[in-house]
Amino acid sequence: MQWINAIVQGVLVGGLYALFAAGLSLIFGVMRLVNIAHGDLIVLAAFLALVVMQTLGLGALESLVVVIPLMALLGYVLQRGLLNLTLGSDILPPLLVTFGLSVIIQNGLLQVFTADSRRLNAGALEVATFNLAGIDIGVLPLVMFLAAVAVIGVLQFIFYRTALGRAFRATSDDADVARMMGLDNRHIFGLAMALSLAVVAIAGVFLAVRTNFDPASGPARLIFGFEAVIIGGLGNLWGTLAGGVILGVTQAIGAQINPGWQLLAGHLVFLLVLAFRPTGLFPRIAG
Amino acid sequence: MSAVTPDWRVERATATSRLAAVVAIVALIALAAAPAWAGRADMRLLSEIFTYLALACLWNLLAGFAGLVSVGQQAYVGFGGYMLFAFAILLGVNPLLTIPIAGILGALIAVPVAVLIFRLSGAYFAIGTWVMAEVFRLVFAQVSALGGGSGTSLPVAVVKDIAEGRDMREWIVYWAAFLLVVVVLGGTYWLLSTRRGLALAAIRDSEVASESLGVRIWRTKLMIYVVSAGATAMVGALIFLQKLRISPDAAFNVNDWTAYVIFITVIGGIGTIEGPIVGVIVFFLLRETLADLGSIYLMILGLVAIVVMLKAPRGLWGFVQDRFGIELFPVRRRIRYPLD
Amino acid sequence: MPEPILAVTELDAFYGDFQALFAVSVAVEPGEVLAMIGANGAGKSTFLKAVAGVIPAKREAIRFRGESIGGLSADRILKRGIALVPEGRRLFPSLSVEENLMIGGQLGRKGRWSLETVYALFPVLGERRNQASTSLSGGQQQMCAIGRALMANPDFILFDEISLGLAPVIIKDIYAALPGIVAGGAGAVIVEQDITRALSVATRVVCLQEGRVSLQGRPADLDRAAISAAYFGT
Repeated sequence: MQWINAIVQGVLVGGLYALFAAGLSLIFGVMRLVNIAHGDLIVLAAFLALVVMQTLGLGALESLVVVIPLMALLGYVLQRGLLNLTLGSDILPPLLVTFGLSVIIQNGLLQVFTADSRRLNAGALEVATFNLAGIDIGVLPLVMFLAAVAVIGVLQFIFYRTALGRAFRATSDDADVARMMGLDNRHIFGLAMALSLAVVAIAGVFLAVRTNFDPASGPARLIFGFEAVIIGGLGNLWGTLAGGVILGVTQAIGAQINPGWQLLAGHLVFLLVLAFRPTGLFPRIAG
Repeated sequence: MSAVTPDWRVERATATSRLAAVVAIVALIALAAAPAWAGRADMRLLSEIFTYLALACLWNLLAGFAGLVSVGQQAYVGFGGYMLFAFAILLGVNPLLTIPIAGILGALIAVPVAVLIFRLSGAYFAIGTWVMAEVFRLVFAQVSALGGGSGTSLPVAVVKDIAEGRDMREWIVYWAAFLLVVVVLGGTYWLLSTRRGLALAAIRDSEVASESLGVRIWRTKLMIYVVSAGATAMVGALIFLQKLRISPDAAFNVNDWTAYVIFITVIGGIGTIEGPIVGVIVFFLLRETLADLGSIYLMILGLVAIVVMLKAPRGLWGFVQDRFGIELFPVRRRIRYPLD
Repeated sequence: MPEPILAVTELDAFYGDFQALFAVSVAVEPGEVLAMIGANGAGKSTFLKAVAGVIPAKREAIRFRGESIGGLSADRILKRGIALVPEGRRLFPSLSVEENLMIGGQLGRKGRWSLETVYALFPVLGERRNQASTSLSGGQQQMCAIGRALMANPDFILFDEISLGLAPVIIKDIYAALPGIVAGGAGAVIVEQDITRALSVATRVVCLQEGRVSLQGRPADLDRAAISAAYFGT
């Protein structure tokens, strides 16, 4: 029963990992940009939620109303003002600029908020559980998991069923021709980053409600998201969800064996996938 | 113009580079003799500069010349450091001897690591290297014989293996650092002037073109990765020989062993031999003046690196080079006409 | 004499340090179809790309409807009503046929072209509207590329290598559709390797040779020998 419980918790936390991954995957898909500051932006969103809760007296989940638009705006400005300048055939500038950004965000947060560990309080919801066939399931983790599934569903819809998604895909295919069709790729990339950081905002608030966080928490989140993307297969959002769940479950099983093995077990499954299925478990079928 | 004897010749040296060679030799002699003129604190600072210069040079070889952007070189720094402690404490090997051992083992372990992460292309490769460094950290945190998660110190008896007297010890460690950086700098220069080096330049200039030229990109990249991993592990062993204490968090620290190193190289000039030297000077000047600012210092470094990357992608040195055409350590061959 | 709708004056164009066009001057009057001919590398595609804003040009060198548009970005030039059907079709591979057409129409310029009218012009596209654009044959892809440009409801349309690599039957279809395409707009420029075809639809011909205009005139006024000389530089 302990094992089943661990697996269920792992599945639920996998939804959070999929949220870390979705924003990363989205911008890679649209503009081939790998954002090394992604994890730090998640933590930035968490701190932003903290400030919003303190100043406006909102609850943790309600703070999303403010945090999502703010992060989306930040994404658009960041893309137009900085990241668009790095795009081109050379992979060095985007990598090194986002790496610099990561260091700046981490140390900026350290400067403002100190190295203290924080957590967002979600009130009564945090401790609510229900019992399903002998397994205690937390209401909050379940809500988060369902929200993660919903976010990925919405992203999938935007990508494949809307004019914006069409513009994303066209720009990703051939930015020059897209430009000739009147799509300004700088604006499209700005919108993609805005959408990515909107997802980051949700991921950040969920992370902060679930566990402790501090200014140095970002890189680990980047790595979990990245592993979920690779395990699931590039360019497949539902695969990314599966990748997140696999990662979460493996970590939970590892922790069950020995607390020191939690992260190691997750990395191990990532390396196994890389060794035996380098395109991921659910690569996107062409066409 | 005669068809028989060409009136041009191909050469690498220039007047500036000959002057640079003279200056470099004088500087090397002065630095080798540092124990005679420098105080203990100065020598420590110089040793630290040497280790950072070596790390920057090796990272530059990877990212600037082979196009392998790693943000996980701390894996090998930490690995080398732990090899020092493992061999010196557990097996009683002389600490100085552990440095080459760390190099060989670092290179060996880099092979399977490379085989795995080379499956990740371009930008994802970078994060893959980071995951590897995390794996190394977590594994060494599990080794209780080396202090587990909280780390361990080098026992006094082991330290005395280096030399009995404290001054002599410090000199030996200084000379080891000096020797290592000279070998790394010289080795990089030599590597880039060989045929393999030219192949590297081809990789950097155009992946597609060199593929069609039949350059065995994958193997060349693998070789560069393995060599730089081994050398980084040696630097790592040396770093922790200076510190005499190790822990997983210090050994595999991404800020200390990768972020600083990237900033040094980017600011100095990525993809140039001289860049890391310029970068390390700028880095330590900034640090000596701004270190009190703590995290703001790091923010400034990050900002400077971003600005340099956008405005002068080949760094301060590349800027000087483009403007004045100076090359101190020429690896490119140029065609000379007698009129020059 | 009417005011030219497109007036290109002393246009120079470069790829890096390489100069591809030298002081090319061409004017297109309303309702005209200009055929641009010339050997490979003569600068025909470069000319179209400069007009469409894909490569840079001096502001004053290109005037459209009396306004200087040289060097504007491609999306701004499209907003003013000039569309390019690029060489090699360059459809968006991850989009379906219909999605490709919709991208063309997403600026929302008003006019007679819509999904329905494009499908009426090229019925095969309608039949395959939900297929991946990569599943089309070469000729169908060219139709899709033309349809995609038409969806923007341009006043002026530029066709680069309109028949290159297509089967003769398909070329015939496309040329049959051409008068209908051009009739609704203010003019067109066609780049074509096949001189006979070019002369059959064009109201005027410009021949480029090594980046310079070597001949210009109405098809009826030009004899074969003159064209051949201008084409090959003999």
